[in-house]
Order: sequence, then structure tokens, then C-alpha cells
Amino acid sequence: MSAMAVAAKAAKTTGTPGAAEEASCLSVSHLSLKFGKGCPACLGPNAKLERNVCPVCGTVHAVRDVSLEVYPGEIIGIVGESGSGKSSLMKCIYFDQQATSGDVRALPYDGGAENILTASPQQKRHIRNSVFGMVYQNPYLGLRMDFSSLSNIAEQMIAAGDRTVSHMCERGYYLLDKVNIPARRAKDAPALFSGGMQQRVQIAKALSNNPPILLLDEVTTGLDLSVQASVLDLILRIRRDFNVSMLVVSHDLGVIRMLADRTFVMLDGQVIEHGLTDQILEDPQHAYTQQLVYSLL
Amino acid sequence: MEQMYNFAFFDEASKREIRRAIFKGIAIPGYQVPFASREMPIGRGWGTGGLQVTLAIIGADDVLKVIDQGCDESVNAVNIKKLVAATTDVEVTEDTGEATIIQSRHRIPEQPLTEDQILVLQVPTPEPLRDFEPSEAKTRVLHAEADYTGAWLGLFDQIVKFGSTTTGADHPCLVNGRYVMAPSPIPRFDTLKLNDSDNLTILGAGREKKIYAVPPHTRVEPLDFEDYPFRVESFEGRACRLCGATDVYLDEFVDEATGKTVYQCNDTAWCAKRRAEKGGE
Repeated sequence: MSAMAVAAKAAKTTGTPGAAEEASCLSVSHLSLKFGKGCPACLGPNAKLERNVCPVCGTVHAVRDVSLEVYPGEIIGIVGESGSGKSSLMKCIYFDQQATSGDVRALPYDGGAENILTASPQQKRHIRNSVFGMVYQNPYLGLRMDFSSLSNIAEQMIAAGDRTVSHMCERGYYLLDKVNIPARRAKDAPALFSGGMQQRVQIAKALSNNPPILLLDEVTTGLDLSVQASVLDLILRIRRDFNVSMLVVSHDLGVIRMLADRTFVMLDGQVIEHGLTDQILEDPQHAYTQQLVYSLL
Repeated sequence: MEQMYNFAFFDEASKREIRRAIFKGIAIPGYQVPFASREMPIGRGWGTGGLQVTLAIIGADDVLKVIDQGCDESVNAVNIKKLVAATTDVEVTEDTGEATIIQSRHRIPEQPLTEDQILVLQVPTPEPLRDFEPSEAKTRVLHAEADYTGAWLGLFDQIVKFGSTTTGADHPCLVNGRYVMAPSPIPRFDTLKLNDSDNLTILGAGREKKIYAVPPHTRVEPLDFEDYPFRVESFEGRACRLCGATDVYLDEFVDEATGKTVYQCNDTAWCAKRRAEKGGE
């Protein structure tokens, strides 16, 4: 609730567009990521590319001019085929990858005053540790497999300056309980866990510092159906209990239908369609979205 | 003596390069300065880092003491001592008080060092974040940004798994409030001696090609948690069977004749000195 109050206040002072009564928690505008120098043929707004590669200079445009807003407590879905730039977008927001250009503002960090992409490395680390929680598709990216689960959860708390073991352990047990991992496994390393359990430890880790924004990259891909259901259930409960905003990347439309309030469809690095999830799934406008939705049925 | 080598084995250019690294290390306490570790007549991992530092700083008037695991007579210590003596003609000693340069592996002598002495420590793994991050390029960034989460996390994981930190030696320390340093495998017992010491300490890692230093009167604080404070090894209720010392680092032996566990000073020179003083009374 306080985050929303701050959001409303910041909206008044900074005058964020499109938010008279509520400001967006995370606002991404004109974010681009390209590999290569680019040339006059591919740098314009309507450049003709072969998929996302410039036919003249060979530059790969992984993310092209993506803008989106996430409001407090909202879940935004991003769908698209492999290589469409979903994960690259996520990595740019989480600073795993340096965006070529663009502007990202996080309201819980500084009221949205500055572009966090140009923050200093120390500030970026602070943002990663306190504003964002990230869950990767591959648990090996998000977890330290040989450290105990409790240590994995404590890592970001240590990074945020916590120096009391008992406090961090207490928080660790609480979060592991929330994600249905029994306390007797808390001291085990995630390397010893099943894929579903690893994913749930990752979620617990992402929640350690109560981040107001969660970034979920293909969280349920590769999990069996019952585990998938419990992870999705968990995500919805987290949203309900903590009013966390989420950005959910998935190529599974079932997941998107269940989780997302609004959905963005990406193709070749661009957002080709966005709107309410129901709208996108029931009445797709773009030819690619139509193909995507109909191949599901 | 027939002059087979330049003074102190190295050519002058090599000595200058190592001295420059040492100066930089002293200027930035705890910072690991890369240097061009030379091929030495002993194998890497056998004290070449310490040996190169010693050879670079030694002068004709210096008096050298070399210890290995607290002992002046171990093979490694004797060989290093012989090499330095053969190429410099400096005097060697076992008396901590007489030495001006003390090269050591695993121990800081029991007798407090003075401002006229330099302690040279041999270091196998100078990077306190290595277990956490295998990439050297990344650990350098972590040091530059003073992000020492990894060092803390290692200690946290030990507490979670074993109930206490399990660093028998090489407990990471924050130097001068800035850089976290691996203090070479000295026991926790000796780590506190680095804090606000009168002497200069230079640490050399030959295999890893790094030199770093703790200048005199520098803050050295072992990392610990509020509810798990740093503790040194306790030898309460135990005393050296030879000299009776109680406030020193003790080795544990099993007396084969009686089958009983006995304790003895780890610092052999210290023990011998105490016994000589007692005998003289």
C-alpha cells in the first residue's frame, strides 16, 4: 500500500504520462539492444530487416525500441517465439546485459527520478538487490548450486548489509516454508534438489529482500504439470500477499492466460501487439499473434 | 666466495619490478598488485612468492629468519634460507628478535615483532573471493566496487552447515576499511596480530603472481557476524609440555609410549628460547 501511495505522490510531482491517479511501478521506454555498429539502413525507425538482422551491415537488433509500463500489483506477460528478444529485454532491465539505448525508471528506487540504465555500478547493484527479484529459466543461472538453500536466500540480504545470522536464517526458513520446501532440506544445496524444487528455491531467493518488482523468465518451462501448477499458484499468492508487480516472460500461452493482466507480444525484437490478455488471446490482431494463438488450439 | 649470481639471485631490473609492486601494495593496503612472478629454483607453490619478495628487499646488512609451520628446521625453510644466504652472504638466525626479515609460512612468530622488522608471508591463494567467483576478471570488478558479499556468504554457509565458521586458517579480513584480504594460511590465532602491528607485513603469491601488504599500524578486521563473532583457537587448560607456555599456539601430539595426547609450542624458536632462559636461571 505504501508503495502505491509513494507512486501516486511521485506521479503528481514528476507528472508521469498516463497516470493521473496511479503511476507505473516500472516504466521502460524505447529500450534497444543491438549487437553490431548499425548502419544508415538499419538505424531508422522503420528499417527493413531480415528477421532482426540488418541485411546491409549484419547488425543483430535483439530488442528494438520496446516501451512498456508495469503498475503496482500488476502482472505483465511477454510472449513470443525463441529469439524474439523476450529474455534479452529482461536481462537489460536486470542489468545482466548492457542495453544499447533506452530509459528505464523504477518508482520504488528513487520515485522514478532517474534512468536506472545510466546508474553507477554500485547503484545498479543496490537496485538489483532491493528493487528487483529475478527468477531465471535455468536455476543454474540464479542459484549457487553448492551453497545451502539458506545461504542462497541470504546472499542478497548480505549484499544489502544484513550481518545477523539468526535474522537471515529466520527469513530463509519463512520463505522456504512459503514455497513449500520442508525445513529439513533448508541446509541442503540446490544441486541435490529436483528441478521444481530448485525453481522454488529461486523464487524464495528472489523474494528475500521483499522486492517490489519480480522478473520471471520462463519460470515453469521444463517443469512437469503438477509442479507447474503449484509454482503458478505460488506466484499468484505472492502477488496477492505482497502486492508485487511482475514481468513474466513465457512462450507458454497457458501460463500467460493464467497469470498476466496485460500481455505484450514480441517478434524479431519488437513489440507487435499489446493489450489485455483476454483481448490478445481471444481476438488477436496481428498475423503472427493469430498464428501463435491458433497453434495453441 | 666465487660470485656465481648477481646479489640476491635476481638481476637488478627484476628486483626493481618486484619492489615497485611492493610499494604499490603498501600504498594501497590489502590490494593485490599483479607482478611478473619469476621462475625460481624451487617449484611454484613452495614459497616462491615469499622468496621473491625476500630477495627483492634484502640488503647486505639484513639478518634473515625463515620458518615453515612455526619451525626453523623444516626442509622448505632450510632450503629457502640456504638459497638466500648463498646468493647474498647475509647472516641467518633462528632468533626472532635478531632477524630483520622473517619469511614465514603458516605462522606469525609468538614474539611480538617490532617496527624494524619485516614479515614476509608466503601465500597460496591470495583471492578471498575465489570460491565464490572463479573468474579473475570478475573478482577484480568486485574488489573495485568493494562488493564483498561473496566473502560473507562463504562464512554464512559454513555457519549454516556446521554451526560455526570453519576457517581453520586464512580467515578473510577487511584491511584499512577497504579491501578484503586473504591473510595467507595463518591460523585465526595469528590473524589478530596483523591488526595495528608495529611491523610491515608483505604477502607474496608466486603461483598466482600477486603481492599485497599490510603497513604498520593498519586496521585489519576479520569478517564476522553480529551473532557469530570472530573467535581465535582456544588452548584453555593446556600448556606446552616442554616450556610450559599457555598463551601460545600449540601443536597436538600423541605420545606413542603412553598413548596420551600432549601439547607443544608450534613456534619452535620461541619454545627453545624459553627453555634456555629457564635453564639459565
